[in-house]
Amino acid sequence: MPSPYIPNTDQDCATMLRDIGAGSIDELFQDIPAPFRDVPFHLPPPLTELELREKLNRRSRQNASLDNYACFLGAGYYRHFVPGVIGHITGRSEFYTAYTPYQAEASQGILQAIYEYQSLVCQLAGMEISNAGMYDGSSAAAEAALMAGRITGRKNVAVLSSVNPRYREVIGTYGRGQDLTIHELPPDFKGMPNESACLVVQQPNFFGYFEEVKRCAEIAHGAGALLVVIFDPISLGLFPPPGSYGADIAVAEGQPLGNPLNFGGPGLGIFTCRQEHLRQMPGRVVGRTTDAEGQTGFVLTMATREQHIRRERATSNICTNEALVALAATVYLAAMGKSGLRRAAELCYHKAHYTAEAISKLKGYSLAFKQPFFKEFVIRCPQSPEKINRILLKEKIIGGLDVSHLVDNGMLLCVTEMNSRQEIDRLVSALRAL
Amino acid sequence: MKKNKHYLLPDISRPGKVGCQLPELDVPAAELPPREKLRQELTLPEVSEAELVRHFTSLSRRNYGVDTGFYPLGSCTMKYNPKWHEDIARFPGFQDIHPYQPADTVPGALQLMFELQELLAEITGLDATSLTPMAGAQGELAGLLMVRAYHRSRGEDRRRKILVPDSAHGTNPATAAMCGFEVKTIPSNGDGNLDLKSLVSLMNEESAALTLTMPTTLGLFDPRIAEISAIVHERGGLLIGDGANLNSLLGKVKFGDLGFDCVQLNLHKTFSTPHGGGGPGSGPVCVKAGLADFLPSLLVAKDKKRYQFTSPPITIGRLGAACGNFGVMVKAYTYIHSLGAEGLKEVSENAVLNANYIKEKLKPYYHLPYDRTCMHEVVFSGKKQKARGVATLDIAKRLLDYGFHPPTVYFPQVVEEAIMIEPTETESKETLDAFIEAMIEIAREAEQNPELLHHAPHNTPVRRLDEANAARKPNLRWKMK
Repeated sequence: MPSPYIPNTDQDCATMLRDIGAGSIDELFQDIPAPFRDVPFHLPPPLTELELREKLNRRSRQNASLDNYACFLGAGYYRHFVPGVIGHITGRSEFYTAYTPYQAEASQGILQAIYEYQSLVCQLAGMEISNAGMYDGSSAAAEAALMAGRITGRKNVAVLSSVNPRYREVIGTYGRGQDLTIHELPPDFKGMPNESACLVVQQPNFFGYFEEVKRCAEIAHGAGALLVVIFDPISLGLFPPPGSYGADIAVAEGQPLGNPLNFGGPGLGIFTCRQEHLRQMPGRVVGRTTDAEGQTGFVLTMATREQHIRRERATSNICTNEALVALAATVYLAAMGKSGLRRAAELCYHKAHYTAEAISKLKGYSLAFKQPFFKEFVIRCPQSPEKINRILLKEKIIGGLDVSHLVDNGMLLCVTEMNSRQEIDRLVSALRAL
Repeated sequence: MKKNKHYLLPDISRPGKVGCQLPELDVPAAELPPREKLRQELTLPEVSEAELVRHFTSLSRRNYGVDTGFYPLGSCTMKYNPKWHEDIARFPGFQDIHPYQPADTVPGALQLMFELQELLAEITGLDATSLTPMAGAQGELAGLLMVRAYHRSRGEDRRRKILVPDSAHGTNPATAAMCGFEVKTIPSNGDGNLDLKSLVSLMNEESAALTLTMPTTLGLFDPRIAEISAIVHERGGLLIGDGANLNSLLGKVKFGDLGFDCVQLNLHKTFSTPHGGGGPGSGPVCVKAGLADFLPSLLVAKDKKRYQFTSPPITIGRLGAACGNFGVMVKAYTYIHSLGAEGLKEVSENAVLNANYIKEKLKPYYHLPYDRTCMHEVVFSGKKQKARGVATLDIAKRLLDYGFHPPTVYFPQVVEEAIMIEPTETESKETLDAFIEAMIEIAREAEQNPELLHHAPHNTPVRRLDEANAARKPNLRWKMK
């Protein structure tokens, strides 16, 4: 059966081979030594669209899709409302079937969208400049640590122990290549390790609570280190942005800005910093300029930082990033506007507090921390969170993340605008009934 | 593409407009922190949904994708992306699942990942796969961190150099530097192959690995691949592949057979997942058994009939907070299943046929630095035209007037005024002929009317853009008060 994706007919192939002056397709592969050529591949037989849709639909239904469950799981990936308009815009194939916009005149659409993304993210984070995005929040945090190392010429990186443990691991992986030493500091730390390039804090932290970020900034800056902040973009609808409390580099997971969970990827690494550090910033960046007739236009710029120009002296090896996810974030921020984002943040805050209060009144449950929080909090449970989650599952509830290795019988719960009062009340009754 | 007056979001923002509604609060309000602990100001655009849609639709009409037309961007494998793969990735059971859900609530997703690991291992002829790298360059990072860990585990810390051919993608040397290696460049010889004398002299007890793109970025297969592999391995090094050019070998040749110890793939090139205007990608890394214990976490393992995430015993660590770009994996998995072994082979054969057809047809008009059979892409030089004052950039910009996306230009750097054309297998002979005709016409214009080319493009939404000024006075954002 001819393939729908290969338009050459047998006749075309014969004509083309004749024009090339080759007797057969095999002749075109002569540079490959014969023993390596046309070896057997043990792959499943091909299936048509009809068959694969059915097979994969069945496969997808084996998963507990969160549209059928009440979900209280967060810990870095969040279920927030995704306005329908976003999928229709990212579904325009002029965007999603384009490559990185190297030819600016044919790519004004995505270039302007990224310029608007950079602008919106700066407005949101209160930071001066942004790149076009990185892979995810954790790799953006790791790149921030490397960048702080380049700026300060130092090899020590201090990370608060309240930073997402997975982010700490990724910083460790990236840091190894540059021989960075990672120091974990307790939340009540008094000072920085000698010769630290940066202090990495998460606001709100992994457990959902607000850190004393101003104090962190003072201590870090006092020691000549940069402050790297990992923020929750939705929280900035209600709470102060990293730029207002002294962040030198601020990064985030951008998935909550208009993207589904997708089992954790694709996400989006938001990366912002102060203008003075532009030349050390990793990743692609779009700038505004004019064309030969004086019209406004957009181009990839400051490319002398990047791998395709600077090779081993580049600020990072990153090439492909998450442009389409950045486009979704752009549409999201524009659709929500300032009132929408504030409202989303308020809904999260009030619903999370309603949930926390109701659970803390249950016998055997308590809140693990006293500090103010945003949309996540840790409860101490009367038994292992893993067991509780198994029981909740039968009630069509996906419970919180088991953090019992960090807090005794601790469960990290997340509540967003997606959780209705009915769902929350179901969770509370289920916990009560245990 | 459309020329029209365009606006930025702040230009269409008016106080009081909204683009989305959220429900009323359905629980009692909690007490908010004191005002000084709250955000004082937040300025974002205020736009209605209809205006938002017009704004972004207008932007999309100023953009060129594979669905718009021929996109022969060399080294980028811009093939057609089947529409229904997008539908499958959006099934709620794939799209609306959380990476930290208990494993027994996502068996379908884990099975898909497990099988994709196996499929990619079979396609590359290697033993194990980690799907976690989120793009090709991150896959390279994983590869070279594994090289570093491997040599250290054998007490060979002194191997701190990575050999990189001069024709390599910029990500290769950049990745080596990120992993703390010193980069040693190996020149190409007159045939466009690796200079073996240089390889022999540089591959010593201080060298950790050779990173090699095969076929090379010149679109050429080096027939001495077995010899190269032997030189590297006999001297204690590893052969690390950049899988960017897998489209020419798909279903015909296995990297493992060629001697590669590790290869990173680009699902967003070879396996037909769209590029998204620059991402998301997915850059799985496949290795021989000797490197499998170092693979980045997480992997999916099968224990009896249960699938679960695991971490290799001496892993180089995590590269992201989840398990890679799952949404992209679903499309690549679908692609492999829809083609099967024979279908994959047809892909590489037609990709190579199309490239050689373009090569032969354009050879009389453009300088061909390496006049050999090419693989999936062909690299010309614009030096004939340059002699008449027409740069490769002018040729590229003029192609836009003919309605084609230009090829990759000025890469690889080893070719003067390089024009790198990769047609892919999804283009018809009619499209190739139309492109060839345009290229011939442009060669004629370069002789008869070079001025026309200097000022190209003429028919795009904007004319040639001032890149120098953009870099000199960076304007990287708008500001709204």
